[in-house]
Amino acid sequence: MSPQPAHDITLMVNGEAIAESVEPRTTLVDFLREALGLTGSHVGCEHGVCGACTVRLDGVIVRGCLTLAVQCDGRRVETIEGLSDSGELADLQAAFERRNALQCGFCTPGMMLTAQELLAAGGVPSRDTIRAHISGNYCRCTGYHAIVDAIESVAQARAQQG
Amino acid sequence: MKPAPFAYTKARSVEHAVELAGRDGEARILAGGQSLIATLNMRLSRPTLLVDINGLDGLDGLALKDGAVEIGALVRHAQAGRSDIIAKNAPLIAKAIPHIGHPAIRNRGTIGGSIAFADPAAELPACLVALGGEVVIAGGRGERTVKADDFFTGLFETELGSDDVLKAIRVPAANAATRIGFAELARRHGDYALVGLAAAARAEGDGLADIRLAYFGVGATPVRARKAEAELARGALDDAVAALADDLDPPDDVQETGAVKRHLAGVLLRRVAKQLMEGRQ
Repeated sequence: MSPQPAHDITLMVNGEAIAESVEPRTTLVDFLREALGLTGSHVGCEHGVCGACTVRLDGVIVRGCLTLAVQCDGRRVETIEGLSDSGELADLQAAFERRNALQCGFCTPGMMLTAQELLAAGGVPSRDTIRAHISGNYCRCTGYHAIVDAIESVAQARAQQG
Repeated sequence: MKPAPFAYTKARSVEHAVELAGRDGEARILAGGQSLIATLNMRLSRPTLLVDINGLDGLDGLALKDGAVEIGALVRHAQAGRSDIIAKNAPLIAKAIPHIGHPAIRNRGTIGGSIAFADPAAELPACLVALGGEVVIAGGRGERTVKADDFFTGLFETELGSDDVLKAIRVPAANAATRIGFAELARRHGDYALVGLAAAARAEGDGLADIRLAYFGVGATPVRARKAEAELARGALDDAVAALADDLDPPDDVQETGAVKRHLAGVLLRRVAKQLMEGRQ
């Protein structure tokens, strides 16, 4: 089948209004990386298994490779760039660094967005709960232990601050 | 990989979706997309048109109606997982949902999509069969209802025709006598199961009646283990496990051999039988 007509979409990305034209088959993560230059969201497996492409759509995390850009017309998208700039992840980023919770960093943006959704629910989740929550995000460097340590330490610190 | 080109249309109503799908034999309905878009990316399917039903009115309801729980096709797994209606009236589904994919998948994937896609290793098709539920379908010739036992017809094949849109599923609401059980084995939490079992029964005296055991990951569709159901109704757990040799014939796949899957099916039956006897989960 030949290339299909592009669709005009408007959406908010990291608080900025974006108007672009996209082919229907363009996934959200490819759109973010290639049309907008937001390369913090990574393309790994492209079938929903690895979690490297995790972004927020209307406030909840989704797979950037299993969402089409054309479906995001009128919606709100947030990426690691926006959440990093806003300071929302500052303590989590510091904890990842302090605990050596990353080596190559490929999984880190997706891992942080996933962790932040669990942390935002409040309380101090058990290590088993943390592991289950990040089960959809592959890391091939750390063995996960340091990542669980980092997430747990942030949960404890945030709980103490109330 | 990247998907082959396709056209995209946002449906304005269920009727519009039915009309669009009927006009193009190679169209696919796009709901949560958590399975469909993966198959597009892998070029395992190449539809010419995607009909997006996200946002359509009347498909994301969740309600208790006439003794049944009706779940709209566009209800997301995460939404169902948070629902008090589901927790109270469809506890088997509540117990299964944490096993479906991962948080980001559950935020986007839909109940209707899981049923329509009919992956033989998926949790919800087996739950629907175990509960003796039904599927509400809108099609070119109007609306119809299909029983779960008749809905799943083959590998990724269902009673849905090319111009059909799955509107909702219905399962009988649980009552004080309802017993449910659920267990699965997967290499990683959230992955498709090596083998899984969804079960429902009714407490009667010291035992169980109306037992329905629906295995997943062991065949082309969810598979009822009918001989094991009969043995379990007699209270004979060891005989029920032995009967699985007749009930199930799992093929070898990339994850495990059929022989290992059959063994694991027995392990799961013992776990699930315990849940059924312990009472309502």
